[in-house]
Amino acid sequence: MPSDMQHVNQRHAERRLAGEGAPRLPAGLAAAALAGPAKAPVETGVWAESTIDPDRFAALLKAVAAKRDRAAFATLFDHFAPRVKAYLIRLRTEPAVAEELMQEVMLTVWRRADGYDPTRAGVATWIFTIARNRRIDTARRDRRPELDPSDPALTPEPSPLADAVVLAGEWEQRIASAIGELPPEQAQMLRLAYFEDRSHSDIAALLHLPMGTVKSRLRLAIGRLRSKFENVP
Amino acid sequence: MKPTHHLSDEWLIDYAAGAAPEPVSVLVATHLALCPDCRASYRRLEAIGGALLEVASPVAVGAAARESVLARLDDPVPIPAAMPTPPANFPSQLPRPLRDYVPNGLAALSWQRLGRGAAIAWLRCASTTPYKMLMLRIAAGGSVPRHTHRGNELVLVLQGAYVDHLGRFGPGDVAIADDSIDHRPIADKGEDCFCLAVVDAPIRFTGVFSRLLNPLLRR
Repeated sequence: MPSDMQHVNQRHAERRLAGEGAPRLPAGLAAAALAGPAKAPVETGVWAESTIDPDRFAALLKAVAAKRDRAAFATLFDHFAPRVKAYLIRLRTEPAVAEELMQEVMLTVWRRADGYDPTRAGVATWIFTIARNRRIDTARRDRRPELDPSDPALTPEPSPLADAVVLAGEWEQRIASAIGELPPEQAQMLRLAYFEDRSHSDIAALLHLPMGTVKSRLRLAIGRLRSKFENVP
Repeated sequence: MKPTHHLSDEWLIDYAAGAAPEPVSVLVATHLALCPDCRASYRRLEAIGGALLEVASPVAVGAAARESVLARLDDPVPIPAAMPTPPANFPSQLPRPLRDYVPNGLAALSWQRLGRGAAIAWLRCASTTPYKMLMLRIAAGGSVPRHTHRGNELVLVLQGAYVDHLGRFGPGDVAIADDSIDHRPIADKGEDCFCLAVVDAPIRFTGVFSRLLNPLLRR
């Protein structure tokens, strides 16, 4: 899509949000949801360069699990705790509560390190799921039933995930570098979903976009990212 | 057997991102339990969360918070509450994400008849979203009266199978309907068909006689 089109759409959305009766959210929230997407694909000051080193993180977590290695944990803490806190604050958690929840998330990382399976997820992904679930427990009335990998009712995988085994940690790295290259209106969809707690129906309502547009932007974004973990040499 | 009708990306994203309302989470997690293909996609969608966490600009953590965590590493680990044991006659084929909502098995639900061939039972959930969750039972060879939807409807087949103009839906399959679809699902003759359904607006019966059922579903 030509970039002037995006800007037209963006201005359109902002005008609507600024207009009377349009925002069902406090103006500050609506503005926060739109802050950035109209600018460059990578928002300076909000999004940092990826520094993922999947092998190193996995090795540190393994040391925590196997040897209760405190120094390894402290290294993981220094990298991830400020990111978990940033995540919680983006999700409108009060800063004091965010710091408290972040501590619980990092303690969970220490306690459950032996449950980490590097063939299923990278370390950042695993920590993301812990933070996501902890926040839902605290902030929402809604419960979130979890998929249980040991559920006897689970339909088994047809074959061992041979290719996935090698790549789980690498996905994160590839996706992290690809996110900055997404067209802004696609990156915005992902940010609203993952960092602003908006379901795809909420996004359509928030941005006054037809549901079909939201779905197609989400699918385009996923398609682009998917090509990153499927085009593996 | 693997399902052939899958959830589309936007529903998997809602759940991976943590933005799905509870009834949608229940249906997505149950489908994931039954569908290895969607589990593989889902893992990649969670990896997007990991990547976003990685590229989020860090917010400084106070030295006191860091010290506090490091000082608590040896604290006794709180023991999680044990999962309640299901009754002996509990249908073991129900995937775990669904069990808390059907604690005493399908037969113990309060079923309301829907015409001659079908029945529904609402499932309790604390969520305040417009989404409601229900079990649908279509008797072997029976049908759900012709109806359309005012909003989204997700139907996940748990047991048996049904056919409508969109195709045949068996265990683990998901049908996604909106207000453009007017259908009359018919169950296979062999066995009763049980489905989990999630709706965000009342469905509306469109058949000549089944219109009388509409008040039943206002909830």
